Amino acid sequence: MSILINENTKVLVQGLTGKTGTFHTEQALAYHGTKMVGGIHPKKGGSVWTCGAGEAEGTELPIFATVKEGKEATDATASVVYVPPAGAAAAITEAIDAEIELIICITEGVPVRDMVEVKARLADSNSRLVGPNCPGILTPNACKIGIMPGSIFMKGSVGVVSRSGTLTYEAVYQTTQAGLGQTTAVGIGGDPVKGTEFIDVLDLFLDDEETQSIIMIGEIGGSAEEEAAEWLIEQARQGRKKPMAGFIAGRTAPPGRTMGHAGAVISGGKGGAEDKIAAMEGAGIVVSRSPAKLGEALLKAIG
Amino acid sequence: MNIHEYQAKALLKSFGAPVSEGVPILSLDDIDSAVSALPGPVYVVKSQIHAGGRGKGKFTELASDAKGGVRVCFSADEARSNAQEMFGKTLVTAQTGPAGKQVNRLYLEDGADIARELYLSILVDRDNSKVSFVASTEGGMDIETVAHDTPEKIHTVAIDCLKGMVDADIDALNKAFELDGDAAVDGKTLFPLLYKAFVDTDMSLLEINPLVVLKDGHLRVLDAKVSFDGNALFRHPEIVELRDKTEEDDKEIEASKYDLAYIALDGDIGCMVNGAGLAMATMDIIKLYGASPANFLDVGGGATAEKVTAAFKIITSDPNVKGILVNIFGGIMRCDVIAEGVVTAVKEVGLQVPLVVRLEGTKVEEGKAIINSSGLNVIAADDLDDAAQKVVNAVKG
Repeated sequence: MSILINENTKVLVQGLTGKTGTFHTEQALAYHGTKMVGGIHPKKGGSVWTCGAGEAEGTELPIFATVKEGKEATDATASVVYVPPAGAAAAITEAIDAEIELIICITEGVPVRDMVEVKARLADSNSRLVGPNCPGILTPNACKIGIMPGSIFMKGSVGVVSRSGTLTYEAVYQTTQAGLGQTTAVGIGGDPVKGTEFIDVLDLFLDDEETQSIIMIGEIGGSAEEEAAEWLIEQARQGRKKPMAGFIAGRTAPPGRTMGHAGAVISGGKGGAEDKIAAMEGAGIVVSRSPAKLGEALLKAIG
Repeated sequence: MNIHEYQAKALLKSFGAPVSEGVPILSLDDIDSAVSALPGPVYVVKSQIHAGGRGKGKFTELASDAKGGVRVCFSADEARSNAQEMFGKTLVTAQTGPAGKQVNRLYLEDGADIARELYLSILVDRDNSKVSFVASTEGGMDIETVAHDTPEKIHTVAIDCLKGMVDADIDALNKAFELDGDAAVDGKTLFPLLYKAFVDTDMSLLEINPLVVLKDGHLRVLDAKVSFDGNALFRHPEIVELRDKTEEDDKEIEASKYDLAYIALDGDIGCMVNGAGLAMATMDIIKLYGASPANFLDVGGGATAEKVTAAFKIITSDPNVKGILVNIFGGIMRCDVIAEGVVTAVKEVGLQVPLVVRLEGTKVEEGKAIINSSGLNVIAADDLDDAAQKVVNAVKG
């Protein structure tokens, strides 16, 4: 199995008609025929989007005026958001109101205030949000939602969860090189306020029979890694445990500066890399000091 | 984005917060008029730099026993002479680094009769994803020290954004600050208006240290530090106007024009990477092999060849750079776009130092072909480990 998405997942695209949405929808359709079923545009409902490049060239997708209409017409359970920052939160909220099960927001640069409100609305909803500012989710040979490069994946046994997009690719690439392959890779995003945290994804990986080991990639800022480590220790006590490798980006980052990701900042002596590494090692995770040795670290964890 | 104290106070005043009368001094010529604009007899001259610890800071040009960056004066003459002494000097505080910051602006303020100093800040608490007040009776001190030594003296009050501030929140804050009488009545107005200011202007941090209870029993905002969410500036052109570019690194300003996330560091290996996590990890691996990065640079997902060229120029403008590492793992970012940008930039500005390029991901073959056929003296690397070793070796020569 895989987590969150599989070959049957039907996906709507919010922001399909833009340049980014178009490019990545073409790529998704070409990736083992991911079931992209329609796009949303408030003013272009009733029109048709045609895939203009790649293996799926010529594929037509209907455009709906609202997510609700799109869901009713297609039975989609997932939606991916490529809407620019100013409208991203409204797009997510629309998907929550339409009770889309899985909402994945790729958009980078969503104001924190907007995300605080989205998060409050999510609490009483039937939706799960992944992101924003994330690369999406990919289950090899089945479904690609977001912007991850499909070519580096291989169907296999490793679950990957990461706060960083490009480091997710490193982990995927290295586990492919190591011959292990992946069950699913989930980018949870680099923003301080986001829909899904490490623990949510780790819980799914621990439950998934095909996932035999896990790579978790964190970075400086906040305390999500420490919380995940504590949670893992508690789970291990109950007998839920899988071999894990990890990495924390930003060991050399200066305090007080926001390192590209809005969430990556060491403030008030909190959120530093060494504390996170210590917490993760305390939970039995093999933490690599080098981002180039993730595959090796995982092989060591598997033993 | 950060603003100065005097700008923060003007902003809070526009929302109705009680602040002291004050006048900014932007040039030496402003000093006389600023002093005569205030009633005295007590004045406070405050250095306006984007760093804390000003009161305990030292001016590098002045004698070591000279007073710090915030001075209380008891006559107009004293205020004038102190302002003249401080203006244009370099202030070193615990937060500026050893080089310090030049004081190009001062703020002259009316003195206040203080009974009690409190600490108040508002921020987005990452643990619960809510806008939260942090309140302590221990004002005027370094809050991190208070948090470490006496955590029981720090209270947080989280606000439900769908309801806004409710009476229970205000009562909790009044209790945390141990306010009663006029001060508690003031709190009922002040706390909601601070919350409104925070939300309406998309602040990421509002810190008032100290918030004071005056001897007449009323509350006053005595200091104010405000940072804004950079992602929300698009809806606040009036706040962008407050930006003081003299507070920022020239290369960082240039980078921001092209929407590049760039942070100047003090090593000698220039880095150009896509993705913030990989950019940090690239710095980390350079350090692991015994060298130091000259910068953090994330070219982002939607980089164009023009943006990559700009990034390359910014990196090469740093005289400390002795080698360059381009590390790209294409997702959104296409390797051919990066390759074209690098080739264009090198042809324009030349290449004086070794350049190591590692490309992987979307359109990697096309990207490698562009680099290989360019005729440039580029060191190709197979993976991240190889790339880091090659650039470190090239720099160590």
